[in-house]
Amino acid sequence: MSIDVILLTALIVLPFAGSLVAAFFPTNARNTEAWLAASVALAGLAIAVSFFEPIAAGSVVRAEFEWLPQLGLNFVIRLDGFAWSFVVLICTIGLLVILYARYYMSPDDPVPRFFSFLLGFMGAMLGIVVSGNLIQIVFFWELTSLYSFLLIAYWHHNQNAREGARITLTVTAAGGLCLLAGMLLLGQIVGSYDLDVVLRSASTVTAHPLYLPTLLLIAAGVLTKSAQFPFHFWLPRAMTAPTPVSAYLHSATMVKAGVFLLARLWPVMAGHDYWFWIFTTLGATTLLVGAFLALFQQDLKGLLAYSTISHLGLITLLLGLGSPLAAVAAIFHIMNHATFKASLFMAAGIIDHEAGTRDVRRLGGLFYAMPITAILAMVAAAAMAGVPLLNGFLSKEMFFAETVETHVASALDDALPYIATLAGMFSVAYSLRLIHQVFFGPPAKDLPRTPHDPVLWMLLPIGFLVLTCVLVGIAPQITVGAFLDIAVRAVLGSSTPEYSLAVWHGFTPALWMSLLALVGGIAIYAGLQTYLAGNVDGAPILRRLKGQRIFERAVALASWRGAKGLVQSLGSTRLQPQIVLLLCVTVLAALWPLSKGLIDIRLPRLSEIDKSFLLVWIVGCVCALGAAQQAKYHRLAAVILMGGAGLSTCITFAWASAPDLAMTQLLVEIVTTVLLLLGLRWLPKRQEQAAERATTAPILARRIRDFAIAAVGGAGLAALSYAVMTRPQSYTISANFLEKAYTEGGGRNVVNVILVDFRGFDTLGEIAVLGIVAITVYALLRRFRPARDSVIIPEQKRFQNEFDAAHDQLSKEPISAHYMIVPGLIMRLLFPVVAMMSMFLFMRGHDLPGGGFVAGLTFAIAFILQYIAGGARWVEDRLTVLPVRWIGFGLLAAGGTGIGAAYFGRPFLTSSFQYVDLPVLGRLPMASALLFDLGVFALVLGATVLMLIVLAHQSIRISRATSKAAQPAEGAI
Amino acid sequence: MELVIAITIGVLAGSGIWLLLRPRTFQVIIGLSLLSYAVNLFIFGMGRLRVGAPPVLDPSEPANLARYVDPLPQALVLTAIVISFAMTALFLVVILVARGLSGSDHVDSVERGS
Repeated sequence: MSIDVILLTALIVLPFAGSLVAAFFPTNARNTEAWLAASVALAGLAIAVSFFEPIAAGSVVRAEFEWLPQLGLNFVIRLDGFAWSFVVLICTIGLLVILYARYYMSPDDPVPRFFSFLLGFMGAMLGIVVSGNLIQIVFFWELTSLYSFLLIAYWHHNQNAREGARITLTVTAAGGLCLLAGMLLLGQIVGSYDLDVVLRSASTVTAHPLYLPTLLLIAAGVLTKSAQFPFHFWLPRAMTAPTPVSAYLHSATMVKAGVFLLARLWPVMAGHDYWFWIFTTLGATTLLVGAFLALFQQDLKGLLAYSTISHLGLITLLLGLGSPLAAVAAIFHIMNHATFKASLFMAAGIIDHEAGTRDVRRLGGLFYAMPITAILAMVAAAAMAGVPLLNGFLSKEMFFAETVETHVASALDDALPYIATLAGMFSVAYSLRLIHQVFFGPPAKDLPRTPHDPVLWMLLPIGFLVLTCVLVGIAPQITVGAFLDIAVRAVLGSSTPEYSLAVWHGFTPALWMSLLALVGGIAIYAGLQTYLAGNVDGAPILRRLKGQRIFERAVALASWRGAKGLVQSLGSTRLQPQIVLLLCVTVLAALWPLSKGLIDIRLPRLSEIDKSFLLVWIVGCVCALGAAQQAKYHRLAAVILMGGAGLSTCITFAWASAPDLAMTQLLVEIVTTVLLLLGLRWLPKRQEQAAERATTAPILARRIRDFAIAAVGGAGLAALSYAVMTRPQSYTISANFLEKAYTEGGGRNVVNVILVDFRGFDTLGEIAVLGIVAITVYALLRRFRPARDSVIIPEQKRFQNEFDAAHDQLSKEPISAHYMIVPGLIMRLLFPVVAMMSMFLFMRGHDLPGGGFVAGLTFAIAFILQYIAGGARWVEDRLTVLPVRWIGFGLLAAGGTGIGAAYFGRPFLTSSFQYVDLPVLGRLPMASALLFDLGVFALVLGATVLMLIVLAHQSIRISRATSKAAQPAEGAI
Repeated sequence: MELVIAITIGVLAGSGIWLLLRPRTFQVIIGLSLLSYAVNLFIFGMGRLRVGAPPVLDPSEPANLARYVDPLPQALVLTAIVISFAMTALFLVVILVARGLSGSDHVDSVERGS
């Protein structure tokens, strides 16, 4: 890796690394942070300086890294003269801003966050200018939007700061998305995303049919970033940022990214009339509107923000003209504007800091209180107004000279000199206003603080920038000539025109325009002085046209009212219509393939059907239909009938060679029934007679509709399953499972081997789901509050208690004491037997029907039987069940077995098996899958028991709570 | 046998769908259970129905599909049965809690006019 590559990489990486480091300093480490940030900026500057010679010679330094080679995308760092001058600009102004910020930020501000974001922003900005790849430019472009969001919202406790940051992000990031689309189109047109290739393909691009959409998309990105009309409104809102951020982002860098890209693509795309029309029109509008609005701002930073908008409009206009000389003027003005505007922002920050307000009306006479600041700010403002012998004058005169020339013959082109002069007048007027109202006039009396000049270190950055303005203004060719030349040649290449950087060009039209602007500006200000001193809120005429308000309305319309309207018209919070829709879509989706041709169905003769099997399913179907019919009023009957359908299913499994399924189904049937019975108590009573009202037409229609959906769905599923089942089986992976079950899985029960070995990962997921469900059930019921009518003792129990009290004087115990005495005894005795059965099913599971699932359910039933026989209190006095631990152990055992495979260098959940000689039991196959199955067993046991127990506990809990409430009353008696 | 199973699947699914569309939570729970029977049988049927060929290997016979029934749908259905139990339990608890909070056993937790 050559030294060049290392330096170029460092240029981008250093700020981000610095940003990361800066984030970890203590909150009050202002000095350390400033030193770190300053050294990063200095390092960037030093790297730039080290490349001066090759860059000045006109060569391009490149570093390339593979990024997505399969798409032909490389990460390219490319430094040419234009990028170089921007690197110098970013690093120099960055350095000054860091110095300024060290003294601007108060000791209470969390500076690590500030410097971390500032460095990150610097890195992103450097990334834009040195990127040699279109996509990469967009990447860094969006990164600057993100960092600017974070920086503007730095004081995030302030509502305005948050809103300003949000608007900035919405506008600039949306523009960035358009830019991405535009860049993708551009890359497709050229056939490469490499900037060097793109820069060589100007003729291909302008002649391409997709030129206009590409241009529009890129323009959307550029115009939003550079705050051009009609997207300009975000910049004034972003003034809620700390002043160093405004000085950096909103004068020299972020807003310049837009015009940077415009200049970067100038050689490729400017050779078309569309280019002229879009950028000249919008640039001229922005120039005029920005300058006009700036004049009427009462906030010092607001004035500067609108002035920035106006100057950016000027640069856009110049680049839009499409002539090489205009491009030179644009590049020159980018540099000049950065110097005087950054210093003005810093001065505004000092005034805000020292006087406690930025309101122009409240300030006044500050010249005597802070003379140094005043002089520096006045020189910078004069440069902004375009006063001769300052840098602003030079580029502005170039601009005036350019507007006089003819570019694309049209009314707009003819009107440009007038627009430019008018905007110049406004520019003079607002600069004058800034100087006059802030530093002269009667001294302000009611300022929150007594103003005075700040420490020297805070003035130093401003002084440096103002000195630059003066030196460039007096002797442009000596001071800035070489730098400008480097930048201009990199953009324009062979079409670089002859231009002169002299202060005096003779009595040209441009000079007259400058003079006219100066005189006119003074006149405007003099005329408006009394009006402006009054209670003015925004500019006349344009006050009503607030881009921001339109934007906010549009956002509100799209995101809130529009969405709400759509939800209201298309959606429903009611579940039944939703389910109807879901089912209809499902049924239609299943029917759709049939439209291409019906399935041929061969009906069997009646004699082929096994009579007893038919009988099983006649019972099953009747049960299912009965359950459907009874579920509303007779829940108990419905549960019983549903169990009947379940048993038929279970018999089918046993019949059709699936012993494992039959066992599982049977056991699940038992626990499901117990579960539903436990739940019945907490549902409201539903009386058939009371609710049986006249069936109205809408209800009838709904029932017919539902019946139709059910009939079509059921018939469709029946036809589909019959069609599949009567077809010979084609290729399946099951043969593979059958062959390898014993040789590789070590088990004869293929279903079990699939579950615990071949598809062990699925099973792990499934038992995890089971565990999660059980814990969720537990959590939901912990704070269960039943409805009031469910809390009272059930009618049957009350009746029995009363009967007992009346007829059996000897029995003082409640009914539960004699409840199911004989079956209860048998159930208790059955506990070890069922447990043993469960162990048996578990141990043989790998070779014969059984396994973890079945065994777990069996053991769970053993526990449930004890609960049924003795009641929860009786069981828990004698047994410690701890179902949550069973769940935990199960997951650990199953997962641990899987991870254990890694210990032997095998993939996750690889199993191994061998025969082991055990005493008494003899020679047994022992597979590691057995351990996994143990996990399944424990988890199924724990989950099932937990779900049933917590539900069963509700009755005890509630009765305990009610008896507690009732006790004092009894005691009183 | 296929025809019987197919009709059964249809009846179970139809009953289930009908119940899913009902307004009371308990009806929906029964409907979901009936529907899961239907779906389990459907998946099971995808491995074709065979009598007397359980996928428990006999070392003396070749392990292929001519001798044994397809084990894969069985493995799928086995976990599906257990998961549908979990689903029923979760749903039951959710409707109990919803009924406790809202006082209604309507699926929307609000009694409608009709």
